[in-house]
Amino acid sequence: MLSLKEYQTVTNISGPLMLVEMVDEAKYGHIVEIELGDGSIRHGQILQVENDKALVQVFEGTRGIDVNKSTVRFLTRPLELGLSADILGRVFSGLGEPKDDGPAIIPDKLRDINGNPINPHARNYPNEFIQTGISTIDGLNPLVRGQKLPVFSGSGLPHDQITAQLARQATVLGKGEEFAVVFAAMGITFESAQFFIDDLQQTGAIERAVMFVNLANDPAIERIATPRFALTAAEYLAYDLDMHVLVILNDMTNYCEALREISAARKEVPGRRGYPGYLYTDLATVYERAGRIKEKKGSITMVPVLTMPEDDKTHPVPDLTGYITEGQIILSRPLHRKAIAPPVDVLPSLSRLKDKGIGEGKTREDHADLYNQLYAAYAHGKEAQELATIMGEAALSEEDKKYMDFANKFEAQYVSQDYYENRTVEETLNLGWELLSMFENVELKRIDIKLIEKYMPKFRKTEKES
Amino acid sequence: MTEARQGTIVKVAGPVVVAKGMAGARMYDVVRVGKLNLIGEIVELHGDLTSIQVYEETTGIGPGEPVVDTEAPLSVELGPGLIESIYDGIQRPLNLLVEAEGEFMSRGSAMPGLDRDKKWRFIPTVSDDTQVGPGDIIGEVQETTLLKHRIMVPSGVSGKIQKIAEGDYTVTETIAVCTAEDGTETELKLMQECPVRSARPVTKRLPPNKILATGQRVIDAFFPVAKGGTACVPGPFGTGKTVVQHQLAKWVDAEIVVYVGCGERGNEMTDVLTEFPELKDPHTGEPLMKRSVLIANTSNMPVAAREASVYTGITIAEYFRDMGYTVALMADSTSRWAEAMREISTRLEEMPAEEGYPAYLAARIAAFYERAGRVQCIGSPQREAALSIIGAVSPPGGDLSDSVVQATLHVVKVFWSLLGRLAYQRHFPAIDWLTSYSFYKEYLRACFDDKDTGDEMEQMTIRAMGLLEQEAELLEIVRLVGAEALSPRDRLTLETSRSIREDFLHQNAFHKVDTFTSMEKQYEMLKTILHFETRALVAIDAGVETADIFKLPVREEIARAKYILQEETDKIPKIRDTIDEQTKQLQAPAVT
Repeated sequence: MLSLKEYQTVTNISGPLMLVEMVDEAKYGHIVEIELGDGSIRHGQILQVENDKALVQVFEGTRGIDVNKSTVRFLTRPLELGLSADILGRVFSGLGEPKDDGPAIIPDKLRDINGNPINPHARNYPNEFIQTGISTIDGLNPLVRGQKLPVFSGSGLPHDQITAQLARQATVLGKGEEFAVVFAAMGITFESAQFFIDDLQQTGAIERAVMFVNLANDPAIERIATPRFALTAAEYLAYDLDMHVLVILNDMTNYCEALREISAARKEVPGRRGYPGYLYTDLATVYERAGRIKEKKGSITMVPVLTMPEDDKTHPVPDLTGYITEGQIILSRPLHRKAIAPPVDVLPSLSRLKDKGIGEGKTREDHADLYNQLYAAYAHGKEAQELATIMGEAALSEEDKKYMDFANKFEAQYVSQDYYENRTVEETLNLGWELLSMFENVELKRIDIKLIEKYMPKFRKTEKES
Repeated sequence: MTEARQGTIVKVAGPVVVAKGMAGARMYDVVRVGKLNLIGEIVELHGDLTSIQVYEETTGIGPGEPVVDTEAPLSVELGPGLIESIYDGIQRPLNLLVEAEGEFMSRGSAMPGLDRDKKWRFIPTVSDDTQVGPGDIIGEVQETTLLKHRIMVPSGVSGKIQKIAEGDYTVTETIAVCTAEDGTETELKLMQECPVRSARPVTKRLPPNKILATGQRVIDAFFPVAKGGTACVPGPFGTGKTVVQHQLAKWVDAEIVVYVGCGERGNEMTDVLTEFPELKDPHTGEPLMKRSVLIANTSNMPVAAREASVYTGITIAEYFRDMGYTVALMADSTSRWAEAMREISTRLEEMPAEEGYPAYLAARIAAFYERAGRVQCIGSPQREAALSIIGAVSPPGGDLSDSVVQATLHVVKVFWSLLGRLAYQRHFPAIDWLTSYSFYKEYLRACFDDKDTGDEMEQMTIRAMGLLEQEAELLEIVRLVGAEALSPRDRLTLETSRSIREDFLHQNAFHKVDTFTSMEKQYEMLKTILHFETRALVAIDAGVETADIFKLPVREEIARAKYILQEETDKIPKIRDTIDEQTKQLQAPAVT
């Protein structure tokens, strides 16, 4: 192996950044090893090179690094992850080092963690329905294989339980195939991470899981690399080992904050709320790695979790995420307070790919019309609820009262379910019909009359009687 | 050939690279960067230093590596083979790249935009010794069943045509020779190259005079866009910008559609790619793909190429316009394009204006939309054509005071404002009827052959819009004092506007009939809804209870009129007869 040149020419250190001078052959994006005076090693990545100066972001933080005793080695490669089938069932640090007691991975392949963009022409359109067993997702915002569907949560909301339930129950309808789970923890608490790991262990799913864990007290800058390590592992499992992979990234808000820290240290012109102007592009390089590829058996389905500061959907992190991902599942604090679990806020939640994943031959022919009608009726009911809080229930028209009644029943029966309740899509759809049966046919404008006659419980009953 | 001008990299910062020793380099010329031969464009000159925006990921590039000047501006190849293609932002064919390099994009690939091997049947339309100038049509290639690709003399070339002959040619073979007066000969080919950053010339610009029918009711009837017009669709995420753009690309009454996916989702482009070959153009019955060119620079593809993608798209669109066709360009989303500009600008350390966007943002946006228009094309035979631009805008948090939205509204003539509230109710297209506008409404009546029908349609849209305005006011009252306080007439207004909203404006893009509505059917549907109001008013005046009117079974027929096949549009007038019958019955209960 080539011996690497070593430099002791660190001149400036500021925040997470370090400037090394009189360097030759430094390349943009390559990684460096920093040996401190006490012999400990840290890692960094080159953010900018100008003549013989290299600007390095240090993943583990710059605390304790000094300009005199530190030695810097420039490795002639970008950040890479060693991959083999043995990564399954293992826990790694946010920088891809084994963190459990297992042996080192003997890599079969080395991959640049930044990956390469999928050629849009090589993509296969996601259209295989995933049954999650959660009515608000299966019935109203169906998830399909290869989709990226984030959970917009807030502090104190049960996103951990929902992602765990997803990981536990998600299966492609009719095939019974289980997902391999890649879990990237970015700046979450030990408790949250352990809850998820324990849950996987209980169901035995841990055998099919890979975890990259950067906890709240781990170096913040490391979080920039963590989702990329996770996705590199996911791509390997999906496209080399033909597995269907469910990637859970928790929590993307912490990731974006790390990005902001670097941007601020570089004195870049900040965008909204101090986040860098390239936040959209950067997030896209993470989220767009989900998908299916023609000619490949595996797929990557992604569920990023993010906490919205002050439950504000227009905050840059959820806002830009929503522009990239194919929909969003939004959790609601009022529902959570009413002890409705999972507290999915149905109206602003959305799955953009639902239309291709449902219907005859996938779920059931009435699915699309049914969710349109449920949405419309629930929206009407919510408006009536609001009206009632302003003017009192007495002021509502008969019609509004009926819709309000519907909205309440809908929340209590359809939205609400146990975290361990696994409803089949059939059950979810029938439940929807059950709730709609309180309306006249004329009111169900969004549903084809033939479907009403076929699926509405009151009609089905008369069929049986006759 | 002289040695290409070569410089050396001194700085790499993301997509911007600075090189020295490139004296004589020109602004916006294309260069090849580093050992990997990445494609870049010169964006700034500072004495001996040249700043380059690189269209590919720069990891692994460092100081000391070479930069080679190609001494030509960023150009696209124009000729047969464009239709049905899918390109990245700098016209590399994505379908061929998959075959050549695999499912993931690699770097430094240089693949020409047009297939070099494919032979096209060329049929001349002029003979030898014809005097020609730029833009003159000299022949045709039947590129797809839908499109005759007219071969034009490139700009800057004029003289006498010689050696022109029918035959099968590749795009680089000589189809004719043009001899200028001074004796210089230019070989004419099926293909020509054209720089992307400046507009292709036209003889004369003309004001728009026709509606670009889209088959989308809320658009055609209330906020139409003209052939040669400009429109923008801003809205927060999840309100259906992309669905609107896709619907337009599918059903728009244009001969060519250029769809630019600029910094958007990969799966959306896949959706277009899988759907367009299967969908039939309602005007010709041929697969939609046979009139479409796709540019896909998804959000995770390099940001500088995203900046270029919009220009690549518009130049291709202009080329088809110059043949005399009606062209529509959809750009989704111009906000991502503006963000790419911002990112490059930041790396160039330019002084930012609002929200970090460069000070020239508004000027660039205006210049882009100004490339739309109805024109008299350059060259003979004389021909008119139109290029319409429809841009999606994705303002942060749906905030319309965003710089990109404001700069866009400054230039476009049609504004479709998408509303989150409507989207949550699953009212699609979620175009807000109260704030949207169109400057082209006066051309609506010309959509109908019969003048009276056209005038009536115009009157009906005005009446319907008036009802929707009233509804907003009435709802305000209801919120304050409750629905009981309304007069029967006001209740009817509320009910009719609800019918307009639910039975006319609401349109399901995924329903096989509802996805497209012809102008005639739109006329009939609107007429029926308003007819109900007229009859109901008579009934109310005769003392009938509003509740009884609203319960009439014919209302279900009105609601389901949207699902009547285009070919069976004549069923809709019959609904009006039913309305007459049923309302009359209500008024004469005592007699029966």
